[in-house]
Amino acid sequence: MTTDTTTAKSGVKSVPGAPLLELDNVKMHFKTKGDGMLSRGTKWVQAVDGVNLTLKPGETLGLVGESGCGKSTTARLITRLLEPTAGEIRYQGVDIAHMKERKLRPYRREIQLIFQDPYSSLNPRHTVGTIVGTALRTHDMVDKKGELARVQELLELVGLNPEHYNRYPHEFSGGQRQRIGIARALAARPKIIVADEPVSALDVSIQAQVMNLLENLRKELGIAFVFIAHDLGVVRHFCDRVAVMYLGRVVEEAPRNELYEAPQHPYTQALLSAVPDIAVVRGVPPKNRIRLVGDVPSPVDPPSGCRFRTRCWKAQDICATNDPALEEKAPSQRVACHFAEPPAESIIAEAV
Amino acid sequence: MSDQTIPGPSTVTRVARTPGTNEEPYLEVNDLHVQFPTADGLVKAVQGLSYSVPLRRTLAIVGESGSGKSVSSMAVLGLHDRRVARITGSIKVGGREVVGMSDKELEKYRGGDASMIFQDPQSSLHPYFTIGDQIMESYRAHHSVSKRQAKDRAIDMLGRVGIPNPRRRVDQYPHEFSGGMRQRAMIAMALVNDPKLLIADEPTTALDVTVQAQILDLIADLQRDFGSAVVFITHDLGVVAEVADDILVMYAGTAVEHGPVNKILGEPLHPYSWGLLESIPALTGEPAPLHPIPGSPPSLLAVPSGCPFHPRCEFKDRVPDDLCRTLKPELISRTADLGRTSRCHLKDPDKVFETDVLPRLP
Repeated sequence: MTTDTTTAKSGVKSVPGAPLLELDNVKMHFKTKGDGMLSRGTKWVQAVDGVNLTLKPGETLGLVGESGCGKSTTARLITRLLEPTAGEIRYQGVDIAHMKERKLRPYRREIQLIFQDPYSSLNPRHTVGTIVGTALRTHDMVDKKGELARVQELLELVGLNPEHYNRYPHEFSGGQRQRIGIARALAARPKIIVADEPVSALDVSIQAQVMNLLENLRKELGIAFVFIAHDLGVVRHFCDRVAVMYLGRVVEEAPRNELYEAPQHPYTQALLSAVPDIAVVRGVPPKNRIRLVGDVPSPVDPPSGCRFRTRCWKAQDICATNDPALEEKAPSQRVACHFAEPPAESIIAEAV
Repeated sequence: MSDQTIPGPSTVTRVARTPGTNEEPYLEVNDLHVQFPTADGLVKAVQGLSYSVPLRRTLAIVGESGSGKSVSSMAVLGLHDRRVARITGSIKVGGREVVGMSDKELEKYRGGDASMIFQDPQSSLHPYFTIGDQIMESYRAHHSVSKRQAKDRAIDMLGRVGIPNPRRRVDQYPHEFSGGMRQRAMIAMALVNDPKLLIADEPTTALDVTVQAQILDLIADLQRDFGSAVVFITHDLGVVAEVADDILVMYAGTAVEHGPVNKILGEPLHPYSWGLLESIPALTGEPAPLHPIPGSPPSLLAVPSGCPFHPRCEFKDRVPDDLCRTLKPELISRTADLGRTSRCHLKDPDKVFETDVLPRLP
């Protein structure tokens, strides 16, 4: 690989023509103790089990799914807060999955993370200036003299008063704290921001403010986003492309409109049908909601074959024996299902 | 289970709610004030709240954190510590006054006639006792029955809320239940005494959408069977659209708009309700830019003068004489429609909505 890589001034290597970010069959299995005294041997929680994703420069990829599907673990793998147990994470063609800390540092600068909880992700004993300044210093972004000016510039960029650099996190509201977290992520001038539920802890009106901010930053700075949220409306608003995860795997991945209007995987269909829609009061007829039976199986012992089959109404014998691969079923729409097809209603809607 | 073939997905369509009836209210809140004296000053959490809910109806109370929606509902159940909270006004449940009830009376009232479902089942169930024990305790507090009878009742209730295998499940501990199952168990506990008033405080906020849908169905089914009055507290307007008959929108401790769900969500008359609708991304159509409300909700230690929403309101300039800053508007009907009220000085809020707000709704 060394033959055709180029090295930027920052120390980041890249393979010409490679996608910005590529996850190739990435797995993250966590070790747990067996339950009870009698069970011997360790068990493995298969939190992420073979995820393939690509991200182009400036693109926004949404990652949706229910709790325990592995979306947050995926965020931690992309930002290399976790080292995957298998698979490759390629940044501009260079595998960073097992890179050592010293070599990884320049890559860390290029991929930044925004956390969900604006209360616990900022050090309460540091001023905002220190919090954002630390990010600048860690990555040698400015010299000592220019630090304060850059901090203030960043605060202004995220819609905070630049004079407030010497205040502490508790002096800000939840929405403002989330802006501080965003300023800290921007300090490193990243190419990718992984946002893990960035607005779900905020009130509705504040949530919209922060979403507009993220959207403006994306347009102005051309940063690519991996946007993780459980709110399907928020993801639809922000993302070009959406991947749906279930029990550690991506089950469907498609451009936004295709995914929301013609989902092909039964799980995606069930998920979308379950979202309460305010449009019913404006005369949009209520949709038929698909009832899923049972709970999500344990990631310690996931079902054989297709992982959704235990709750799927289309399940046949083949689903238990053959694990469906994530394949292109329609242009740029990849689905992991033996019986993938658009939902019946949308076909009717087109016919009318 | 794996070999079972189901021909199509089993689906449900939530039935449209019936239009309003003029039934006798079961819960009647009148000019309720809740205040907390603190070291920093007096927190005015609820200021002059009035509403009523008849049996078989669902009222959704909508608002952001600090709007007073939870505080007012806790007052309805007499859950505030009287050493810390100052409560004035009147709360009548089935004709009985709750404000000023003695501890003994409250004990009989809570969990009997009125009951509550909380947001977080993880912290509302005791980890040391089995699910069955906790439901039985609630039942035996209000009925003099044997343990065996109480257990049968607990098993029956667990079955009612859709917990599979309730005979085995009744002896399990909360940690052995999944999040959705725990929420069901808590609903079973809340409903074990057939309460006529059920307060659900963000009952699905901690749950995933598919589980949320199941729980919303369950609450609707149980309401139909038991004929209870339901107060549903939430910040999710999508949920409101599906479950509520009426809506009360709260801001900074006061009600700013009240009326039937299709009116308030379809053509609201208060600028705060407009702001909420403009903040929610749509699930269909071309994504439109959001128009969030500027600023953030006020501190309840220093609620703005006049209309509490005026510092964030983009329409305050349309009201003459600086009225919004100086005079708090009344909660009255503003249009020909007498079934709805709002608290805003605007002369023609329906026209403002049509010309200024509707075109930019997502």
